[in-house]
Amino acid sequence: MTSTTATASPPALMRLSPDNWKLAILVGLIVSVLAAIALPASASFWVIGVMAALIAAAFVVNAYRRKYYGGLLVAPAIAVLFVMNIFPLLWSLGLSFFAYQSNQQSIRFVGLANYIKVLTNDIMAPANWAALVNTAMFVVLTVTAQMIVGFLLAMLFAKQFPLRKYLLILVLTPMMLSVVASGVFFTYYYDPTFGILSYVINSITGGQFILMDSKVGAVTGIVFADAWMWSPFVMLLVLAGLVSVPKYLYEAAAIDRVSKWRQFWTITFPYIRGLLMLALLFRTIEAFKLADLVILLTKGGNDTMTISYHLIRIANEQNKTSEGAAISYLMLFMVIVLTNLYLYIANRRSQGD
Amino acid sequence: MAEHNSIWEALGFRKASGVGEAGWGRTLAVAIVSLIYFLPVLFIIFTAFKPQDAALSVPPTLSPTSFFGLIPDQFVFSPTLENFGSVFKRSMTSGGAPESTGFDRYFFNSIVIASSSVLLALVIGTLAAFGFSRYPLKGNDTYLFIILTTRMLPAIVVIIPVILMFRVVGLSGSYTGIILLYTAFNLAFTIWMMKSFFDELSLDVEDAARIDGSSDTKVFFKIALPQVVAGLAATFVFGLILTWNEFLFALLLSGPDTRTVPVAMNQAVSSGGRGTDWTLLAAIETLFLIPVFLVTFFLQNHLLRGVTFGTVKR
Repeated sequence: MTSTTATASPPALMRLSPDNWKLAILVGLIVSVLAAIALPASASFWVIGVMAALIAAAFVVNAYRRKYYGGLLVAPAIAVLFVMNIFPLLWSLGLSFFAYQSNQQSIRFVGLANYIKVLTNDIMAPANWAALVNTAMFVVLTVTAQMIVGFLLAMLFAKQFPLRKYLLILVLTPMMLSVVASGVFFTYYYDPTFGILSYVINSITGGQFILMDSKVGAVTGIVFADAWMWSPFVMLLVLAGLVSVPKYLYEAAAIDRVSKWRQFWTITFPYIRGLLMLALLFRTIEAFKLADLVILLTKGGNDTMTISYHLIRIANEQNKTSEGAAISYLMLFMVIVLTNLYLYIANRRSQGD
Repeated sequence: MAEHNSIWEALGFRKASGVGEAGWGRTLAVAIVSLIYFLPVLFIIFTAFKPQDAALSVPPTLSPTSFFGLIPDQFVFSPTLENFGSVFKRSMTSGGAPESTGFDRYFFNSIVIASSSVLLALVIGTLAAFGFSRYPLKGNDTYLFIILTTRMLPAIVVIIPVILMFRVVGLSGSYTGIILLYTAFNLAFTIWMMKSFFDELSLDVEDAARIDGSSDTKVFFKIALPQVVAGLAATFVFGLILTWNEFLFALLLSGPDTRTVPVAMNQAVSSGGRGTDWTLLAAIETLFLIPVFLVTFFLQNHLLRGVTFGTVKR
């Protein structure tokens, strides 16, 4: 019930009262940023914690006064997200303007220098760009493969047939595997000495086949493993759409002797389009994060370094925290642009009907 | 279609009749595709039963039985349960009593961390979703968008500051830290999904109950919640699969006491210097797969219904 933000009380939006959550957020953010800059980290955390509590309190009071059960219901979720997601993001945004390494004490304001460095520096920039290009390639390849395989699998399972439930779970299992196990086992399948793949190909051609020897092979290997793991996800979404199509539409179409091809485009497709787009969005975002499979299968060798893995190396292994943060933010910017572009296209298309 | 006897029907296998149903022909075709798709998993499960030397034989051994001579002898291994024992106990080369590998602890950690964070996210997220759906705040869409954005961000972007934050506050390596982080990780998805379920419900029943004098609390628990059980199940399964196998956060943030199985699995595989211990890894993964497989299997019907219900606009 107590708000300790004591300043002059401007009218309307800046009105000072315990339930003015907008003001609380504003003050909370300003104080948090100032504390993060001015105070040592251990102290600033608690300042920021208090600010978060203040914002939460403002929400609760506001909700209570106006009988705004919405506010009360939403408050815990906002609090958790703020502490675990939004606040760390702001922190790293701040860090990207400083020269800071997590294994050293010194910290120095450098403005946009980190961004300029990761984009144009002779040594750093080419590696960053190469990783980015590879990521784009992986996004296109894995997502395309997943969409096609997932869609075909969903078509197979679209109708009700005996034992469907038991066969469906078999196809869903790859999604449930730990990526560590499936990734390591794919190195086993691809292994030139012990692997099944090399054994089969060697016994046909008589030569010595090593998949991970070239960039094409390494990329194929990674894309295959990733598509195998995540096509079931696409399948599940598409299948949900297929199952939701009312049966009477097909019955009517059958009476009118509409061809299967037209039935698909005029009846089925409108029901699965939204879910297909959703699957596309999710998988694209996930593909942007592709790192663990690359770490396990190639360790970035054969020019398969992705931006996510590159970032882990820079930030965690080389301790270049602020440069890592700068790359994170450039990457984040790209994802947001892509997402908005996607949402724009999706909205325009759905309005176009 | 051919006649089916009543035993099959009693087991729930329906006859193909009418639109949207297919018969045993489809079952056969799908079974072949499904089994091929499942083969890499099957190989992992079989590897868990292989003796050490069989795992590294050339050509690779494929099956524990020859299926009545169908598979040539060179591909057949004799199954053993030894590997499952060595997941938990490691015999010392210098002799003496076998030493614990700590995997019982890691399995415990995985179960505690995954289930508590998914359930916590489900509770907090369902409340929030109901709030967003029934009592729109001013700027409702903005909050929803920000919440969705946290899901859209690559996890890697938050990792660096979270590591720093946990180091500063002393949360790194604690249950609280990683459970809270996973809760936030699941929250955006939960809110988004559950909100779309609540949006689909008819408001008439709730209004009628209010007129009859039911409190808002009662409306939520007695009327709204029972209608979205399928959604809760679907959200739970998706969240569980993602959290159960999460690797990056766990690798960077869990301590020796809170290590989860994926991290420990990675260490068991990469340490030792004698190359990967395939049979051990397979045994760990097979055990690790069982809980999430069972949960998915038993909630499978909800899973499909839930996804449909939640995302398709009428």
